[in-house]
Amino acid sequence: MIVGAGAVGRTIAENLADGHDVIVVDQDEDIVEELTYEHDVLSIAGDGTELGTLRDAEVGEADMVIACTDSDETNVVVCGATKTESDAFTIARVRRRTLLETWQGSEGAFGVDFMVCTDLLTAQAIFRITGLPAARDVDMFAGGLVRMAEFEISPDSAVAGQTVQEADRYDSLTFAAVFRDDEMLVATGKTMIRDGDRIVVIGSPESITQFANEVAGTIDNGSKDVVIVGASEIGIQAAREFEEHGHRLRMIERDPERAREAAEDLPNTMVLQSDATDTDFLKREHIDEADVLVAALDSDEKNLLAALLAHRVGVERTVAVIENVEYAALFETVGVDVVINPREETAEEIVRFTRAARTEKVAMLEHDRAEVIEIEVGPGSTLTGKPIAEATNDLPDGVVIGAISRGGDLITPRGTTIVKPGDHVVVFVDAGILDEVIDLL
Amino acid sequence: MYGYLRVDVRAGLSLVGTLTAALSVAYVVPIVVALTHGGEDLWVFVATLVATAAFGLSLRQLDPHPDPGAREAFMVVALTWLFAAVFGALPYVLAGDGAIAQPVNAFFESMSGFTTTGATVMDNISLDHHSHAVLMWRQLTQWLGGMGIIVLAVAILSEMAVGGAQLMRAETPGPGVSKLTPHIARTARALWLAYVFFTVLFIVLLYALQVLGFAENMTLYNAIAHGFTTLPTGGFSPEARSIEAFTPIVQWLFVPFLFIAGVNFVLWWYVLTGDPWSLLRDAEFRLYLGAVTVLSLVATLVLFFSALETPETGMVGGHIERSLRYAVFQITSITNSTGYANMDFDAWSGPAKGILLFAMFVGGSTGSTGGGVKILRWLVILKTLRRELFTTVHPEAVRPVRMNGRVLNEEAVRGIYAFTLLYIVLFFVGVALLAADAARLGLDVSLLDVLSASIATLGNIGPGLGEVTGPMGGYGSFPTTSKFLMILYMWIGRLEIFPVLVLLTKAYWRS
Repeated sequence: MIVGAGAVGRTIAENLADGHDVIVVDQDEDIVEELTYEHDVLSIAGDGTELGTLRDAEVGEADMVIACTDSDETNVVVCGATKTESDAFTIARVRRRTLLETWQGSEGAFGVDFMVCTDLLTAQAIFRITGLPAARDVDMFAGGLVRMAEFEISPDSAVAGQTVQEADRYDSLTFAAVFRDDEMLVATGKTMIRDGDRIVVIGSPESITQFANEVAGTIDNGSKDVVIVGASEIGIQAAREFEEHGHRLRMIERDPERAREAAEDLPNTMVLQSDATDTDFLKREHIDEADVLVAALDSDEKNLLAALLAHRVGVERTVAVIENVEYAALFETVGVDVVINPREETAEEIVRFTRAARTEKVAMLEHDRAEVIEIEVGPGSTLTGKPIAEATNDLPDGVVIGAISRGGDLITPRGTTIVKPGDHVVVFVDAGILDEVIDLL
Repeated sequence: MYGYLRVDVRAGLSLVGTLTAALSVAYVVPIVVALTHGGEDLWVFVATLVATAAFGLSLRQLDPHPDPGAREAFMVVALTWLFAAVFGALPYVLAGDGAIAQPVNAFFESMSGFTTTGATVMDNISLDHHSHAVLMWRQLTQWLGGMGIIVLAVAILSEMAVGGAQLMRAETPGPGVSKLTPHIARTARALWLAYVFFTVLFIVLLYALQVLGFAENMTLYNAIAHGFTTLPTGGFSPEARSIEAFTPIVQWLFVPFLFIAGVNFVLWWYVLTGDPWSLLRDAEFRLYLGAVTVLSLVATLVLFFSALETPETGMVGGHIERSLRYAVFQITSITNSTGYANMDFDAWSGPAKGILLFAMFVGGSTGSTGGGVKILRWLVILKTLRRELFTTVHPEAVRPVRMNGRVLNEEAVRGIYAFTLLYIVLFFVGVALLAADAARLGLDVSLLDVLSASIATLGNIGPGLGEVTGPMGGYGSFPTTSKFLMILYMWIGRLEIFPVLVLLTKAYWRS
């Protein structure tokens, strides 16, 4: 059951509609009607904080209640109200970090079983991705032991024109797949890496960093010159992440009051109150020397403009926050290096709860063309008891075992590696065969 | 007439009455001193006690249930201090000894006492010319004024509990009185407890030196007398030659306690309740420590390489211990506005006096007993000036001023600028008026005298740098009109200008 059919609510509903009975509750009757026709879900108009509405939606029967309206307080109250009627697992989406901190201090507070802070997740994603040169997406698995990254190959990259076998010079790195235009290729030793490809690798954080440097042809010296445009909640939280890691940070915000608030919140950031589209200003403040520019304004269009303009003046890498998934591909085509979608980040976090209980973490790639998942292997799994080379024959095409974590150690899978029950495997899976694969694992 | 006044004068005056009556209890101390010293001047203090209590209690009748608001607070604080000084002057007049028997002089001495200025008009400071009780009263006025008579009243009188915070704010404005506890009375008590603790500790240590044979003339009377004027950064001494009268070891013992007096007592409360690191975490404390250390070192070098020599001290130039002792003692004493002298610093060389003049403008910390512009204000000014330089290069930069990790709002910053500018304007106006007044009567006063008289009274420091105002001289030779100006300066200086000046505005009295 999903309360709140906003952007996030809809993405989740869409995601879950196959294979689950989804009930959506929203106050807006027009939206409810629209949903009923657009997706295969049952939608109910009403206030999710009222017990009457919850009963209409048969909350007592629900396994899971996801509260993702635009208001933090409403979401928390929905979870609290649910708990009075049923034992359903409750998930609340919040924007404010303070609520999350309160909840983390005592899990289960407010009757919330899991809390997702959209802006914080987005901010963390921005930080993770900008931390690796040339990366388009980065995610962590097995408590930070394993990392997944997607890189875009530029013509002057060292690996362009090599085969996977030639490029694989690292101990603990697995090449999972190559995306070429609209095509997805599972990586084999002979796969050619071409200019413009996006390649997905899974491995230890160190080897990923080394590989990233080779792909981009840069030496990562740690501290970066970062510019964030827009003192939005996402902008401020991303700035906090960068501040904590000692990067040189500048923030541009047009509104004097918000600029002042940001400057008060961020002691180590130089806040500039100006319009980020003012080229004279950009030149005067040498914005062109920045390593990364993050556009985190409130509107997708403004973010596009800011990122493109930054590219024009000479910023090395631009990152734009985009709410509307439909724009994402377009933005990347016109020259924004990385597009980060808060909805996708939130959905990644929530969707894993709707999967088999053993799914620990989910990362969506290429707008959910494929996923990288972390899963705990049970005794009855196809993988256990035989070498991986044999086991993969029993799995459908479009699956790559990226890494194995056993008792806190990282094991790089080779043909002869044997998976044991209790191991956590990080697997690349084509989204189309996802359910089938999860059952086998 | 009351109809169009927007200030509840009755309620305000009634509260002033209560406070004045409460202050009459303080006369018990000189009465006890008189009783233990052969009853000399006993009647003086009994009469003053009765007069003060009677005046206070009758004023209190104006309004049986006073409910003063934020506006009345300024009037209450300003008038309470004024009446304290007026009644505190009575004993000097009634005792009838020496120059301070003259009413204007007595008023000057009393105001100088309560405001912890330490400027004196007495010509013969000696127990041969004045009774033990009168000289002890002079010391006690400084002790009462140090932590503030309003703070004391809030700590003790239960009826002050509610409006107390506003009154305390008016008495020690600066950037904020931090409440240590939810109850203002407990906060006031905490401040006074820290104050009493250091006073008693200092008296015990001073007297211990005498008992151990290191300080023959540090009698119990002298120990208590100096305990009363060190922690409040007062500077009065019953000895004509101030601290010079004591042995070097006693002079060294003064230094740490002079330093303590210039630190925010809120910090001392944290230290005494088990958090000593709160001192170093405080940016104001660090700057105070740094300023005193650097100024002391520079002054030491200047004295060491000078040919300073006086009959009392012997050769100071080229003598390490003496240079260090005189420099450290004088810098500590002048910076936080105490004004003790362990030698006649009027004899110092020009450059050395220049350092002292600079130190006069520094002041103590906020929440300390010291006067002056206060370290915190200078710190804010330094930080905003640095910001100004930065924004000259980066015009779009938004840079809030932070103090101890907290953001200061721009209004507070503006208030600090206004205060400091007003302080400097008043200083120059004072110089001009004092010079004009002296010229009117054909008196020959040096420029250094008028300069230092203005800053020494406004900053509640006490002795100045010239021949007349110097530590071994006195303010007695200034004309009466100048004395009134200096009384005004001490008064507004102690209350940090605004609470008194606001009473002179039309807006205060009308809507």
